Amino acid sequence: MNKSSRGVMTFKGGIHPAGNGKELSAGKPTQTAPLLAKYVVPVAENAGKPPVPVVKKGDLVRKYQLLAEPSGFVSAALHAPTSGEVTGIIEVPGSMGVPVTAVEITADGLDQGEAPFEPLSDWRDTDPARLLERVGEAGLVGMGGASFPTRVKLSPPPDKPIDTLILNGAECEPYLTADHRLMLENPERVLTGAAIIGRILNVRRLFIGVEINKRDAIDALTQLAGGYGVQVVPLAVQYPQGSEKQLIKAITGREVPSGGLPMDARTVVQNVGTAAALADAVTLGIPLVERIVTVTGAVVNPGNWKLKIGTPVIEAVKFAGGVTGEIGKLILGGPMMGFAQRSYEVPVAKNTSGILLLPEDEALNYGSGGCIRCGRCVQGCPMHLMSCALATAIESERYDLAEANHVMDCLECGSCAYVCPARRPLVQHLRRGKAEIRKRRTAVKK
Amino acid sequence: MNDLIIAGILMGGAGLVLGAVIGVFAKLFQVATDPRIALVTELLPGANCGGCGKAGCADFAKSVVAGENLPGKCPVSSREQVAAIALALGVDAGGGFPKRAVVRCGGDFEQVTRHVNYNGVADCASAMLIAGGPKGCRYGCLGLGTCARKCPFGAIEIINNLAVVHEELCVGCGTCVAACPRGVIALVPANAAAHVYCNSPARGAEKRQVCKVGCIGCRKCAKSSPDQFKVDGFLASVNYEADPLPGAAEVEAAACPTDALLTAERHLFIERNEPEGVAK
Repeated sequence: MNKSSRGVMTFKGGIHPAGNGKELSAGKPTQTAPLLAKYVVPVAENAGKPPVPVVKKGDLVRKYQLLAEPSGFVSAALHAPTSGEVTGIIEVPGSMGVPVTAVEITADGLDQGEAPFEPLSDWRDTDPARLLERVGEAGLVGMGGASFPTRVKLSPPPDKPIDTLILNGAECEPYLTADHRLMLENPERVLTGAAIIGRILNVRRLFIGVEINKRDAIDALTQLAGGYGVQVVPLAVQYPQGSEKQLIKAITGREVPSGGLPMDARTVVQNVGTAAALADAVTLGIPLVERIVTVTGAVVNPGNWKLKIGTPVIEAVKFAGGVTGEIGKLILGGPMMGFAQRSYEVPVAKNTSGILLLPEDEALNYGSGGCIRCGRCVQGCPMHLMSCALATAIESERYDLAEANHVMDCLECGSCAYVCPARRPLVQHLRRGKAEIRKRRTAVKK
Repeated sequence: MNDLIIAGILMGGAGLVLGAVIGVFAKLFQVATDPRIALVTELLPGANCGGCGKAGCADFAKSVVAGENLPGKCPVSSREQVAAIALALGVDAGGGFPKRAVVRCGGDFEQVTRHVNYNGVADCASAMLIAGGPKGCRYGCLGLGTCARKCPFGAIEIINNLAVVHEELCVGCGTCVAACPRGVIALVPANAAAHVYCNSPARGAEKRQVCKVGCIGCRKCAKSSPDQFKVDGFLASVNYEADPLPGAAEVEAAACPTDALLTAERHLFIERNEPEGVAK
């Protein structure tokens, strides 16, 4: 397998972001946010087809009540984060820059509701199909960032056998500590989730990968892991350790083929947050309506909060005591792969792992020069691509050349742009190339 | 002396033999080219803009000679040039009315809000991927000049982050229409003097929040000249099939309250003379 110089598992390539900002919030226990007067629950934030709202203006809803039902196989249900009145199906700024549909709920202040599903405390003997059904009912999606419906990920086609499950607790993004706190404070929920997923997929090899800068979380998990048949794997502190393909390589030594998915390496990877939410859905019978979010950066009191889905970012910033100094950028997610926002009205979605207010002096505009052919990006790319050549090809609209050189395997992790001494916006070029190639592929299909 | 003669004979002989070989092979492998293709290529403008759908002027000439296209398909050639080609080949001139491109947006940084400080790649398609670009309006010109760089005739100028077409340079080849990721640019009849400089189907109030010159769908233009203007939802447009097309008089009569409806001349004048700035 693959070991770093310090004797822990890792992958080849990637970068080591200096001063990763985790110290701001890593030591802060998760706090439960006070109840707000209003929530705007985004409907169309999961990957795949958006769910269809089943409530209308004026409806009274209980906490955990269904708000929108999935509209296809790759789609996830949505539930009410609190009790109150639906005051409108409105448009709010979305995390991707375009407005999204959201259900506005004016809370009645009681926050009351019953668990809509029967708790399956005897899940060890429950039919796996029943457990999988529960995953769908509870509206679970990948909470690491991609927001892919978990039910789909746990239903691999029969010709793709799975023998390994990896829980992703790497949390390699600078600044974010939500997963860290979860693993430290609720290791049993994470491990229960792992064991349930193991039962659904019928796999025996269960791993949970954690970067060694979270020593306390590793200890907390290791103490209990044996009882769940899970092996805790310490990983090198290296970005992007938490990317599916890199994690598989580091832990199992298997490589996902170009253009393939983790299931092509007989593996399923799930975020630890998803596993904990899954454990709640099965053992308590409650859907996914809140998550831990790291609110950090230039705020008075950075920390980790348990926020209800639909909490406007501005309110979350208020929980953290408001801003300090000039804000350069508001980012949802981490600084490497998160998305810069145009509005503080964006609501927290199921995949919002962090709210980062980057101070002005950290959000610099360096300007960009020409490629100097130094090859630093090639060394830094965890997918072993030649970002420099790809970006030049895309700049001159040679999409064919970029496609032949596997631009579609790019993770958009930003390692290349991070190390580029000419400060070239490589990821943006690559993203545009990927978008263009995808457009052409669908055009050919039609 | 003797050496000189021998050398001369040898060289001359070798030259003759090789010349004969080349002559034979030239005949054997000769590719017949139609002299008319060269002639038509000569008569075409030679801009290689691709507006006809072919890969440049020589390719178009080939298709015209082969009878696949009529000379009028070239959007750049004047009527006289088309007539000359038609005469040379003895075919129908064909072709419709000349077209011009118009950027259906008046939202420069003076008029439209700037919602993010975009500092990424200066290319419209790239900016679209990041929160929909720097301007508050999701339907307008991004102003980063992808069309201007693609235009083979240099007919598009970026003034204060808005693409503006210079009618006298535009030939209506449509390269910019394909280049614009927002679909803001349209081809319209070349003799149309007035246009609605707005492309946003959003509600009037919504547009008003982000742009001072967006069409608010008040229907004043359609009421004053129902044949020349039409309103679809919240977006007015010129009916380019109308005869006669609206001119300065109709624009005057419509009295557009937001100045979304302007003559092209007036639009260019405003963009040229406005002080640079950012609306807030």
